[in-house]
Amino acid sequence: MLKYTLRRLLGMIPMLLLISIVVFFLALAMPGDPFSGEIDPNNTDPEYIEEMREKLGYNDPIHVQYYDWITGFVQGDFGKSVKYKIPVSDLVAQRLPNTLFLGIMSLVITYCFAFAMGMTAGRKPYTKLDHFIGGFNYMMLAIPSYIAGVFAIYFFSFQLGWFPFNGSVNIAVDEGTLDWWLSKVYHTFLPALVLGAMGTASYTQFLRNDIIDNSNKDFVRTARAKGTPESRIYNHHILRNSVIPLITFLGFDLVSLVNGALITETIFTYPGLGQLFLTSVQASDYPTLMTLTLMFSFIVLVGNLIADILYGIVDPRIRID
Amino acid sequence: MSITELNKAQTEKLLEVNDLKMHFPVKGGFFKRTIGAVKAVDGVSFDIKKGETLGLVGESGCGKSTTGRSILRLLDPTDGEVLFNGEDITKLTGKRLRDIRQDIQMVFQDPYASLNPMQMVGDIVSEPIKNYHKNRKGEELKAEVMDLLTRVGLPEDAYYKYAHEFSGGQRQRIGIARALALKPKLIIADEPVSALDVSVQSQVLNLLNELQDEFDLTYLFIAHDLSVVKHMSDRIGVMYLGNIMEVANKSSIYAEPLHPYTQALISAVPDASKIGQKRERIVLEGDVPSPENPPSGCPFHTRCPKAMDECSKTKPQLKEVKPGQHVACLLYE
Repeated sequence: MLKYTLRRLLGMIPMLLLISIVVFFLALAMPGDPFSGEIDPNNTDPEYIEEMREKLGYNDPIHVQYYDWITGFVQGDFGKSVKYKIPVSDLVAQRLPNTLFLGIMSLVITYCFAFAMGMTAGRKPYTKLDHFIGGFNYMMLAIPSYIAGVFAIYFFSFQLGWFPFNGSVNIAVDEGTLDWWLSKVYHTFLPALVLGAMGTASYTQFLRNDIIDNSNKDFVRTARAKGTPESRIYNHHILRNSVIPLITFLGFDLVSLVNGALITETIFTYPGLGQLFLTSVQASDYPTLMTLTLMFSFIVLVGNLIADILYGIVDPRIRID
Repeated sequence: MSITELNKAQTEKLLEVNDLKMHFPVKGGFFKRTIGAVKAVDGVSFDIKKGETLGLVGESGCGKSTTGRSILRLLDPTDGEVLFNGEDITKLTGKRLRDIRQDIQMVFQDPYASLNPMQMVGDIVSEPIKNYHKNRKGEELKAEVMDLLTRVGLPEDAYYKYAHEFSGGQRQRIGIARALALKPKLIIADEPVSALDVSVQSQVLNLLNELQDEFDLTYLFIAHDLSVVKHMSDRIGVMYLGNIMEVANKSSIYAEPLHPYTQALISAVPDASKIGQKRERIVLEGDVPSPENPPSGCPFHTRCPKAMDECSKTKPQLKEVKPGQHVACLLYE
């Protein structure tokens, strides 16, 4: 297993290198440069701008620029954010915990809803309740998260006043105290609900279908024949076989959480990586933009790796070496 | 055991099946209404005495396995009664139903699919014990399970392995150990060797025979292979299209089959001692009719070489034609 993981990690290097080239050229292809928004060309000496461009290396040949960037990058020097004027690593370190917190919370919400609904629907398939759960899920799946987000803010924040609609924490509370954590959960709940609702439908229907599928298997008949109580048959024999496909979802979830965070964080003005990404696109903040894109690509690759490894752990028939 | 005791034990009926019917509804049309029924088992009666083995033979789809499953209530029979030790078990529910499964266990046909791929062999075999005896656990239970595993000819370290790590024959041994775990009185063996190759078949059959003596078991042995049934059974029931055609002792059924269907079946068994001689084979024409729409009268009349006009009108009942030999055929009315 360790050998396999190492081999896969090594295999990521050429892939990441390729992605970095693509990211680099995409950033170059964007119109303008970081100065276009920051410096007023009518008030500033064009020679000064030219001098700054020269100093930052924007006039070097493209391959030299790429080389400078990538050598710094692998040594942990992600550059300095043009917009925020602080190192990108600091910027990411500030925002990362928020995004992680949002992601974990939305996963927990997804799991709670999906397991409750999937197990109910799978145990009594083709009943009214099953059809209702299915219909509800597909409706949730059909609503895009930017619509769901706006509706959630309208109902839960403006009409009912249950949850705040922006920020990640009440800034009046001292960091690290219990109140601070509670305030964080309180602020994160609504965006996490919107983000989590997206994944719930596929989880629920997969779990339901797999439970139905497994309940017709021969080994379930064996379990019944040896006098196993019905609840144990469903919770032990069937569920354990049915969670395999779900476990592999976890890796892909990392990917969809990153994607979802882009939109959800922006709607809820939640200071995470997704919001940072959008603002850095608007500001042509190359260093931040490239760092985040590479980071997201890395997460996608790691997500797939995690899925494969989890598969091996959960299913004893699959042993990776 | 003295002779009289032996006789008494032999005549005591452990299982009695009376007019068992299992019909599966056929749904069709836009609103999925019931438009018919597959009569998989259509009025089957037989009994099994304590300590004996009743073989149930018949071609594919004749309702052998369905009969076995209905007895254990893995399927809910449509009609009829199943008396186990004199008690009708077709109407039992809940805890009483679970209790009956302590005494009746089943060995399944497909050793590849019938074991949970997620469980260690030790868990598979010990689960029935845990289901009924909550107080038995820990080292004591483990020793008991290991004992069972060695008894069926598996190594002790099988306890910690998964089912997929074993061959077909070994898996069937796991299935047998599992069925034995609760020390049942009756074991329904549903084609236990049909998925195995011939050399392994005999090992498993011999194991079943040894275990029968050791654990004082009664078998309902379901198979389609006549030579396997001959090796295993004391008495044999022949099924065709959800009905029992003939029940008799092994010796009489092989020496002198009375029902035309039994005669055809037995004439089809290759006999190594008669190689080179011309065999007289009864070849049946046509296919088995659909159990959804069985023929009127005797279910076999469409293919019977000795069919009479009467056969398509009256359904024959099982009747004792010779001592111990029951036949359902109008030829003997």
